[in-house]
Amino acid sequence: MNRVIITVVGKDTVGIIAKICTYLAEHGLNILDISQTIVQGFFNMMMIVDMSSLKEEDSFQAIAGDLEALGKDIGVVIKCQREEIFDSMHRL
Amino acid sequence: MIHIDINEVRETNLMIEKENLDVRTITLGIGLTDCADEDVKRLCDKVYDKITTRAEKLVATGEEIGKEFGIPIVNKRISVTPAALVGAGACKTPDDFVLLAKALDRAAHEVGVNFLGGYSALVEMGMTPADEALIRSIPVALSETEVLCSSVCVGSTKAGIDMDAVRLMGEVIRETAYKTADKDSIGCAKLVVFCNAVDDNPFMAGAFHGVTQPDLVINVGVSGPGVVKTALEQIRGASFDVLCETIKKTAFQVTRVGQLVASEAAARLGVPFGIVDLSLAPTPAVGDSVADILCEMGLTEAGAPGTTAALALLNDQVKKGGLMASSSVGGLSGAFIPVSEDQGMIAAARSGALSIEKLEAMTSVCSVGLDMIAIPGDTSAARISGIIADEMAIGMINGKTTAARLIPVIGKGVGDEAEFGGLLGSAPIIPVSKADCSDFIARTGRIPRPVTGFRN
Repeated sequence: MNRVIITVVGKDTVGIIAKICTYLAEHGLNILDISQTIVQGFFNMMMIVDMSSLKEEDSFQAIAGDLEALGKDIGVVIKCQREEIFDSMHRL
Repeated sequence: MIHIDINEVRETNLMIEKENLDVRTITLGIGLTDCADEDVKRLCDKVYDKITTRAEKLVATGEEIGKEFGIPIVNKRISVTPAALVGAGACKTPDDFVLLAKALDRAAHEVGVNFLGGYSALVEMGMTPADEALIRSIPVALSETEVLCSSVCVGSTKAGIDMDAVRLMGEVIRETAYKTADKDSIGCAKLVVFCNAVDDNPFMAGAFHGVTQPDLVINVGVSGPGVVKTALEQIRGASFDVLCETIKKTAFQVTRVGQLVASEAAARLGVPFGIVDLSLAPTPAVGDSVADILCEMGLTEAGAPGTTAALALLNDQVKKGGLMASSSVGGLSGAFIPVSEDQGMIAAARSGALSIEKLEAMTSVCSVGLDMIAIPGDTSAARISGIIADEMAIGMINGKTTAARLIPVIGKGVGDEAEFGGLLGSAPIIPVSKADCSDFIARTGRIPRPVTGFRN
């Protein structure tokens, strides 16, 4: 399956998840899992998103770019990475 | 199945963001033997065309993969068949070879890679007229090109050492230093002398596309000294068992990233995957230093007693951890100890803890050799050849790759510093013994194959 990991790191504030979820919904992308934690006072969130329903007019690069810009608006860092990098580092 | 854990994601991203984990290079090997011609101009045109068509998408593909996985792919590079072989039919003089050098440099610029390696000759058993012409052309070739890298393999465990080539390389290095004297003799930073050179090394300046390779191949070099150092910070005072396990585990993780990127690049470019080189390659950036790992093990600075043992341990555990992480490990794979490219090594050289003699001892257990070492500009060609011969002997007897990348910085002496800029860094000039070896170097012929070379 074509999955990406979206991570959000920064100062906790109202509506971070809502804004990201709205963006993903608008682009027809399904969230498979969400987890979050506070590390050293910083908000850390991770989403696993299914990219197999990516629309033809969208691309991975465009989605990643939009999310990065969205993060700047909110004041957090949003990264979008394909799942395989984590898989290969942490799973045999 | 969802099994990715937020802490693992965080760990990976911390390695990338804070500990300088990156893929150091995707290197596309391109075979040029089919470009051979009797006419220099036709040869240069064919070489240029082949490189610019085959490597057209290399840089863009590397960028794309880097963005998708969220890991920097710092360099995109090309290695080609040793130019002495490609040019043997057409290049009769050093000047002819310079034309080929310029064609290679133009092609590299056209496709946007930051280095192209393979302006090379393999002369372990002696030089052909083409080999010698290429070697004699190196000073001009390196001073009149920008991204071209050159290497000459003068010895091997299977062949011994061609001392005629060693003598010539001492002169070539001095001449290259003179020709680039206005930039702290930077030409020499792009010139490596090898023993037991490997065909699939993706790292510069010593990369070339060996004749045993397929027409095109993707080799990837990973890095990550900062990741190893950070892992060791968590286990201060622990036993050697724990130390070794920690290095192995970290090397495994780093190499897995290299394997992922390598297979992805190979698939997208439609080129066979060759090897992952799992070297710990430092950069001058703070936190990206192999010397710092040695310090984290318990030395106050690199060069202290115990340095060779610490480096041996590091090199071996990196190999052990990395071997299982990739379907094909190759290249040099171990720990690099370039002086100018590692701020911990620079500091140790500056304080006097690291002498060239200690560095030589360290090269008997590291993955390459005397690397990026700035020496006084008045060091004679014979003494440079002497240092090379020593380094080659270590490689020959021990069946390992050794290399010498020495920079006699013209106009500078001990106490001065050379500034190369960028990834090449800066280096204090370190002293070289004033004792003379010119009668030894003046002897002609070869040091024959050692007894350790007879394994058939």
